[in-house]
Amino acid sequence: MTEIGLGHYLTLGAVIFSIGVIGIFLNRKNIIVILMSIELILLAVNINLVSFSIFLGDLTGQVFTLFILTVAAAEAAIGLAIIVVYYRNAGTIRVEEIDKLKG
Amino acid sequence: MEISIIALPLIASIISGFFGKFIGDRNSEIVTSLLVSISAVLSIIIFYEVIFNQYEENIIIAKWINSGSLEVNWTMKIDALSAVMLVVITFISALVHIYSIGYMSHDPHKPRFMAYLSLFTFAMLMLVTADNFIQLFFGWEGVGLCSYFLIGFWFKKETANAAAIKAFVVNRVGDFGFALGIFLIFYLFGTVNYAEVFDQIPTVVNEELNFLGIQIKAIDLICILLFIGAMGKSAQIFLHTWLPDAMEGPTPVSALIHAATMVTAGVFLVVRCSPIYEYSELALNIVTIVGMSTAFFAASVALVQTDIKKIIAYSTCSQLGYMFFAAGVGAYNVAMFHLFTHAFFKALLFLGSGSVIHAFKNEQNINNMGGVWKKLPYTYVLMIVGTLALTGFPFLSGFYSKDAIIEFAYLSGTTSGYYAAGIGIITAFLTSIYSWRLIFKTFHGPYNNEEIRIEETHESPLFMLIPLLILSIGAIFAGFIFKELFIGSEEINNFWRESIFFLEPLSTDHPPLWFLTLTPSLVILSIPLAYYLFVKDKNFSAQLVNINKPLYEFLFNKWYFDEIYDTLFVKSSKKFGLFLWKFLDIKVIDGFGPDGISGLIQKFSIKAKKFQSGYIYQYAFIMLLGFSAFLTFLIVK
Repeated sequence: MTEIGLGHYLTLGAVIFSIGVIGIFLNRKNIIVILMSIELILLAVNINLVSFSIFLGDLTGQVFTLFILTVAAAEAAIGLAIIVVYYRNAGTIRVEEIDKLKG
Repeated sequence: MEISIIALPLIASIISGFFGKFIGDRNSEIVTSLLVSISAVLSIIIFYEVIFNQYEENIIIAKWINSGSLEVNWTMKIDALSAVMLVVITFISALVHIYSIGYMSHDPHKPRFMAYLSLFTFAMLMLVTADNFIQLFFGWEGVGLCSYFLIGFWFKKETANAAAIKAFVVNRVGDFGFALGIFLIFYLFGTVNYAEVFDQIPTVVNEELNFLGIQIKAIDLICILLFIGAMGKSAQIFLHTWLPDAMEGPTPVSALIHAATMVTAGVFLVVRCSPIYEYSELALNIVTIVGMSTAFFAASVALVQTDIKKIIAYSTCSQLGYMFFAAGVGAYNVAMFHLFTHAFFKALLFLGSGSVIHAFKNEQNINNMGGVWKKLPYTYVLMIVGTLALTGFPFLSGFYSKDAIIEFAYLSGTTSGYYAAGIGIITAFLTSIYSWRLIFKTFHGPYNNEEIRIEETHESPLFMLIPLLILSIGAIFAGFIFKELFIGSEEINNFWRESIFFLEPLSTDHPPLWFLTLTPSLVILSIPLAYYLFVKDKNFSAQLVNINKPLYEFLFNKWYFDEIYDTLFVKSSKKFGLFLWKFLDIKVIDGFGPDGISGLIQKFSIKAKKFQSGYIYQYAFIMLLGFSAFLTFLIVK
């Protein structure tokens, strides 16, 4: 068994971050998946912050993490609310069909 | 009074052209005919004054161009030369106006026709009364323009439009030479006024110029360039192809423009420039050679043509050739004399043929006529008079002028003069044959027209016959009356005075008697010959055609001039034009220019359009990519 070090945590963070990014542009189905991907990205950031905080012995990182979790919760709530309203207006939340920005 | 000669036709043209709708057909006919007739009467008065009182005047109507050393005035130069032209133009024009009232009676555009005729008269008068080359050029182009209008008068007829354009384009070739000649004159002399130019001529006799790499005497070059202009206008060989086609226009037009006046402008130009030509032996030789070639060529073609107007057109071409070689051998006054008499009998022949065409309801092929001399007695007699005068039957006007040309060519003593005299005699014989062929085929023999019954052919109205009658009087007596005045040896200095310049006085000898009697006897002999060939024994002439089939074809196709020009100029320039259009314009200029740029923009915008997909996930992805790229950049830096 090797010692689990900073590198492992950072790798985990990077993997989750990548999954989040890929989730944003590879999904074709549901806008909720995008929301979840954003959540994943934020979590990846959190992992990074926490692991650095522990390995550097600085609590600021963990404090930041708490803030980010709060913001993420608020964001998820607002995002879901927007999606609900959007569904009422457009009747769909399929990603392919949301292209009104094209004009 | 002098100015009104010019002004009246212009006024007539304006009234009829712009206000013809308001004053009606009949009134515009009356106004134009009346004003031009008044102008004719005034011209005759001027002519009388010039003959008996040696009247000479150069009236300046207005200043036209005054720029640097170029000073050009609107003028009316009256001397013997322009007085002769004035009479010919206004007199024939007035008769043609009156004739047109009858001839165009079924046409819906009478005021326009009369306006063009009057405008033409005005332009022609401007041409002959100029005292400088620029006004001459103005008139020159003016008559060309009117000729274009009138050839294409029946604008619904495709052939008429084509003929009009052909006349215009072929004349452009000549006019180009003419314009170059005027430029050269201004370059050498710094002026374009006749009097000043002619005064300076002796000083530049030996000057040489480099033209297109050829070292040539300045005088020769001027004369040749001016003569190219004259060739175009007067339908001399190589630039003659427009004249037969011009017969698409109404017959009065052919009589006025393409027989009596406009086509003689070239002869007038050469005579007017006699002070220049006299110093250029080369140019005079060219004039002689071109003149006699045209005379012979046109007469040979006229022998086999079947269109009554084209025969007369080629005859005009041939007679113009006579005038040119008369001028070429130095007998300018004889050229003018032939111009004068020719105007009468050729206008008579044209108007007479118009009368025949009118009787046959627009039939022009002489093979479809015949046997109507009893039905058209007046036209028949008048046409005979015209033919006798044209062929030079003794004591009619053509006899005096044409024989004088041949005599003077003989007397000039040069090689080209002898050739010209010989060809003149042969051509006179040919002229007689084809003229009588026309008469016999038209009026004698069996009746050949299948579309109109002989009872339906009718004599023309008085409006048409009276001008014919007046012209026939001119055709009979003009030669006899004016012979002494124009070509009499004592009168040369009294009548022509300064207007014609002779470096050496014309020979006053007489050619031998056998020479004098040669032409008239040939002409008289040809009448029974033509009668035998075309009425008595048609099989013989048909056999003659069969034996000489290639020659007949050669003549019938007008020496293949049109075909040669078609392959040489028309087709090649069409090809060139197509190349410019299809390749240079469409492919190169449009391809790289407007179309290319717009295509390029379109291509780019199609590409750019793809960026705006409207999908949030793509936008987000790109944002992320950009952001990380930016970040990487900052970190690495």
